[in-house]
Order: sequence, then C-alpha cells, then structure tokens
Amino acid sequence: MRRVCCDLHLRSNIRELEQTANLVRKAADLGYHLVAVTFPSDACERETRQVKSACIEVGIDVATRVDLQPNTPNELIRDLRKLRRRFEIICVLCRSKNVSRQAAKDRRVDLLNFPSTDFRGRFFDLAEAELASNSLTSLEIDMEPLLTSETWKRIRLLSSLRRETSIAEDYDVPIVVSSGASDERSMRKPTEVAIATSIFGLEKRLALDTVSKNPAGIIKRNREKLDSSFVAPGIRVLRRGKNC
Amino acid sequence: MIVDSTEAFGAEGFMDAVWSAIIRLYGEHGASQTWLNLMRYDKERKLAIIRVTNDASSMVRTALALATRICDKPASLHVVSASGTLKALDKKIKQYSSQSG
Repeated sequence: MRRVCCDLHLRSNIRELEQTANLVRKAADLGYHLVAVTFPSDACERETRQVKSACIEVGIDVATRVDLQPNTPNELIRDLRKLRRRFEIICVLCRSKNVSRQAAKDRRVDLLNFPSTDFRGRFFDLAEAELASNSLTSLEIDMEPLLTSETWKRIRLLSSLRRETSIAEDYDVPIVVSSGASDERSMRKPTEVAIATSIFGLEKRLALDTVSKNPAGIIKRNREKLDSSFVAPGIRVLRRGKNC
Repeated sequence: MIVDSTEAFGAEGFMDAVWSAIIRLYGEHGASQTWLNLMRYDKERKLAIIRVTNDASSMVRTALALATRICDKPASLHVVSASGTLKALDKKIKQYSSQSG
C-alpha cells in the first residue's frame, strides 16, 4: 500500500497567500500528499478558506494547525476549549514543565513540541512519555533547527533528540517529524527526512512512519471527530429525520 | 542528485559542499569511510552523480539531507535515485527528467 506522506508543520505567513502557495507547491513537488499550514489562533474562517482554496489549486490536501504557547496549564485549558473545534491539528509549544505535563495528559492536544535551542526546556522525560502515551499525544520533531543550528548547539540537539526518541519508542508515543519550514530551502523529501532521523537512532520502518503513518493517523482521527456526524469514538449519526 | 538553488555552481563548489556536509556530521573519520567520488556533474541541469560505498550510502544520504549551503549560497540537495550501475542511473535520470518536464 502506498504511504501517504505528510508534513504537519509549514510555518508561512498566511496573510501572504503567494508565499503559502509556494511552500505548498514545493511540498507537492517533493512528494508530500498532505500538509498542515500553521494559522494564528485569531485567524478567521475567510482566511482559512482562502488558504485552503490556494492549496487545492496546487493539488495537495491541506490541514489547519494552530501552535499554542501557553504560560500556565489553565491558559492551555482555556485555549483548547476555544480552539479545539476550529483547527484540525493542535500543537503545544511547551515552555514550562507544568504546561508540558498538562499538554501530555490532555486528549485534545495532538502534538508536543519542545524548544530546540533551550536544552533545559526540553521536558520530554519518562513521566511525560507515560502521560502522552495514555492520551495519544505525539512528540513532534522539527527538521529546521537541525538544518540551521551549528557546532555545539546541533550536537546538544542531536543528543536530546536521541534520548527523547528512545523514550518515546519505549512508551509507544508516536513520533512525528515535520519540516518546520518557513522557506522552501528548508524543505526536504519525505524519504530524506526519514533517513535523516537515523542520526537520532530511529530504525528505517519507524523513521518512515514518522512522516507518513503517524501524522496521517492524527489527521484522519481529527477529521472524523470534527465531522458533524461524529458523536463519540465508534458512534456516528448515519441519518437524520423523522423516519429514523 | 539535483541541486535545488537559484544559482548555478561549479563542480568544485558542489563537491566542497558535499564533503563539508559529511565532515560536519560524521567528522573526518566518517568521511574517510565513504570513498566519495564525483562521477558526472551537469551545471546547466543542476544534476550530479556521485559514487560512494554501499555501506556508507545511508550516511551520505543523511549528510546530504542536512546540507543547506553551496559556496555560501542557500541551496539544498535532493537524491533522485541510487543504483549500482551508471547505466541504470542514466535510465532513471531520463525517466525523472521526462516526469519533471
């Protein structure tokens, strides 16, 4: 069966439609079938529609994504209540331990992302992995910091990623590798992304899952949930009307 | 592989970028195990064929995926295909060229 390759983190300015369309076009050229474009949390319905129609012209499936950077767990809960039904992907950029623990145990969070430069701020440890494993939250790794960082920063980043992927594997936490790209030069083919993950110790099959099966699974699950016929996992409305 | 950049680079600049990508990631010891060699380079079409040992191919692919600059200009390198013979590679490149127009 053909793998559906996904890049869940395109960081373009959605108010510049041309730039977004170029990024999406590049993703299509590189062999992606689905991309997620990051929207600001205050993006309106019209902007979402505009971006989606620009992407449909390119011929690639696009999902909406929002990155949350809450300072406290309560702020995170408030944001989730407000935004969960508006976006297909919700990623939490964890800046503190309290927030990362809350994000890991909350089923409404899809992706956990940690700062790539602040190594003390990477809270993906055993406890975090256990919480994430129970709530189906995935660990997201961006490629861009790996491309742009130099010398000891890249070495420290690789060490952290090696440790975190090993913990994630032990606790069955899905890993998603995204480009995190804001320009076309930072984008790589899905196979190149997968092979690059070998430097932090993922074996080939798992590496390919990080750019295909895992992200595609998140999108599929969330689209089902956001569908108007969804009631609860395994329960959906088949028909409405008086004769039902 | 193809060079993805708005600029055109000479073979020397291209190979410098490939070597430095490998050395940056694996060091001189790792780079020495690749037996890297440039077979063909087409500046106009931005296509290159390099030869490495089979054991080191994944190492080289990883390093190439993380390469970001050639001659200090932003660029990326994408592997189109890998094969054991030049004849098979030529076929695949023709196929790739016809697909990408």
